[in-house]
Amino acid sequence: MPSDQSALRVQGLTKRFDRLAVDTLDLVIRPGEFYALLGPNGAGKTTTLRMVAGLLRPDAGAVSIFGIDALNDPVAAKQVTAWVSDEPMIYDKLTPLEYLEFIAGLWGVAPSIADACARQLLGSLGLEPNLHERCEGFSKGMRQKVALAGALIHDPRLIILDEPLTGLDAVSARHVKRLLGERVRAGNTVIMTTHILEVAERMADRIGVIASGRLVAEGTLAELRQQNGRNDTSLEDVFIALVDTQAAAA
Amino acid sequence: MNSTALSWFARHEIRLAWREWLAMMTGGRRGRKRAAIVGLLVFAALLHLPAYAVIGKYANLQRPIDKTTLIVTTATIFLAWTLMLSQAIESVTRVFYARADLDLIMSSPVKLTNVFSVRLAAIALSVTAMGLLFSTPFVDVLVLKGGVRWLVAFGVVIAIGISATAVAIAVTVMLFRLIGASRTRLVAQILAAIIGAGFVIALQVAAILSYGTLSRFAVLTSQAAAAFAPDPDSIVWWPARAAFGDGEALLLLLAFGLSLLGAVMAGFSARFADTAARASANAARASHGTRRRAFRSGSRQQALRRKEFMLLRRDPWLVSQTLMQLLYLVPPALLLWRSFSDSSLAIVLITPVVVMAAGQLAGGLGWLTISGEDAPDLVAGAPLPPSRMIRAKIEVVLLAIAALFAPLVLALIFASPTQAVVTACGVVMAAASATAIQLWFRVQARRSQFRRRQTSSRLATFAEAFSSIGWAATAALALAIPLAAAISGLITTGLLAATWKLSPRRE
Repeated sequence: MPSDQSALRVQGLTKRFDRLAVDTLDLVIRPGEFYALLGPNGAGKTTTLRMVAGLLRPDAGAVSIFGIDALNDPVAAKQVTAWVSDEPMIYDKLTPLEYLEFIAGLWGVAPSIADACARQLLGSLGLEPNLHERCEGFSKGMRQKVALAGALIHDPRLIILDEPLTGLDAVSARHVKRLLGERVRAGNTVIMTTHILEVAERMADRIGVIASGRLVAEGTLAELRQQNGRNDTSLEDVFIALVDTQAAAA
Repeated sequence: MNSTALSWFARHEIRLAWREWLAMMTGGRRGRKRAAIVGLLVFAALLHLPAYAVIGKYANLQRPIDKTTLIVTTATIFLAWTLMLSQAIESVTRVFYARADLDLIMSSPVKLTNVFSVRLAAIALSVTAMGLLFSTPFVDVLVLKGGVRWLVAFGVVIAIGISATAVAIAVTVMLFRLIGASRTRLVAQILAAIIGAGFVIALQVAAILSYGTLSRFAVLTSQAAAAFAPDPDSIVWWPARAAFGDGEALLLLLAFGLSLLGAVMAGFSARFADTAARASANAARASHGTRRRAFRSGSRQQALRRKEFMLLRRDPWLVSQTLMQLLYLVPPALLLWRSFSDSSLAIVLITPVVVMAAGQLAGGLGWLTISGEDAPDLVAGAPLPPSRMIRAKIEVVLLAIAALFAPLVLALIFASPTQAVVTACGVVMAAASATAIQLWFRVQARRSQFRRRQTSSRLATFAEAFSSIGWAATAALALAIPLAAAISGLITTGLLAATWKLSPRRE
């Protein structure tokens, strides 16, 4: 029986491609937390999240999701996890409802629950008029919303999002942010990467900054400001200062 | 747009066409360019052998030409024309949909009529160039054996390439007008797939119905065809007469082709911009009015299988290929139907045709379900072990093949139970082998990359073709010479084992 109280616990996570992408990374995220993972391009954010989601095998380290060893029991870990990438993973020839039906089937959600949930999710994302249209004609934003609805249909306890707001218009972005906020208030855990620092500043309970595959800072916005030595700075200033310091040290 | 800019755009179009072709030949891998060109030259050199066997005996034909020769030659040229037409339809549709530069072109400060005229001319050029490439071995053989007079055959290829492109443009634009952009894509792909095959199959059907044989030459060389055909000075024989060195016929043929292309370009270039704009606008609002029904229950594998079946059903390539395979099955099916009333040995021919078709279709289906996954992260992130995921996908391929071929095998039971059993075994072996090869050589790709599947691994392509041929031969031999069938089966199994050994290692 899992005894770990964390939603996600990452220990010594390491991945090397041509170079070291993730370097003995440790991370703990509490249940019901909204965690934003920030970092410059190529810092290792996506690689980290792909390893957590079970899409990439780490070279070393451990990943535990709600106490489930994700490397030894990936099926159980995936059952409570959702992954949304910056490139929406949908099928052009399916309608949003068909797509959600497929995902509900894969995650073993009862059809009666999934049906109602799918309509409610798609409706809340403003896709009600497009329920029966094939996704092939959808814009990037619409596709991203369908992918997000798909990720939420099985009510995952851990939601992993990689740049979910890329390409969304202001209204769509607000829909998505509201939906994620609701999920966190309902007790789900969200870990999200983003380059939109204002989103991290407003929504995240805690922020982690990753550079060269290592976690270089972590905490609430106030704690990060404190680490930076100035209380009146924006997250952008803090982020740039942290990344610059890391680059200088490297 | 001035003439310099137009010639610059023409060069740009030709460069794009060349690179698209090269990417198709090399599977998109840069390092393979030289290997692809060498491979093509070797292939062209080797093609001289079958060309010699097929056409060598006609090299010494002299004018005046008799009616039967005119019929056979005209039919051959018409077949080449239909193949070019099919390639041209595919090219025109691709230009409408696949090129991501329509917005760029249409937002540029140029006269769109001119730009699209150049683009249409580039399509004509690439279609004709491809026709010249594949006809060269045949013309070479004729020139080597019959003299330089046969060089005029290249002129015929150019003329029919131009006219095929003109007709393809007209057909595609008309389809856009009549049935809308989204349906045109599907219909054009189906048309492109079945036009060439359709002509040959129609001849075979006529041959079966009239003479009880699969040979299409039975019709072309028959007394009835000669009696029905127009006089030798008719316009119908222009292409054949041109091929035999009639300069006047060749000039008229070229003039006709160019006039047709000119008329189509003049008539459609202006509308081309409008059609292209409507195509992209339509893509953004593709409504299909699916009926509302409740979510279905079932296991996770069932969900995966349902999704695969739904995507296969909606795949334009698959629809066109399946129709083509089914078209190829029409002649043997007819032969089967006829053989109920007589004891023709020709019925044996059905088995290899069916087995071969099953192998080929299973290969395509296998690629689409196993490699062609548009949401690989989604499927990989699902709580289902990879082995069960793959098993569900393989089941889809085999079930689809079973559904398509079972009726034919069942019909065979009434004609010959033994042959039905052998055919069923052949279908199972060919389909399983093709699926296994797709599994061993699986890559992660989008379904839309299907056109490049045969170049992503040459080994897999050849292995798939040879295994289908091998099982077709084994099944045919099993009905005639069982010992030879055992040897053929062992060779095919050996080929599969070698392919597995050479395939990338899978966990």
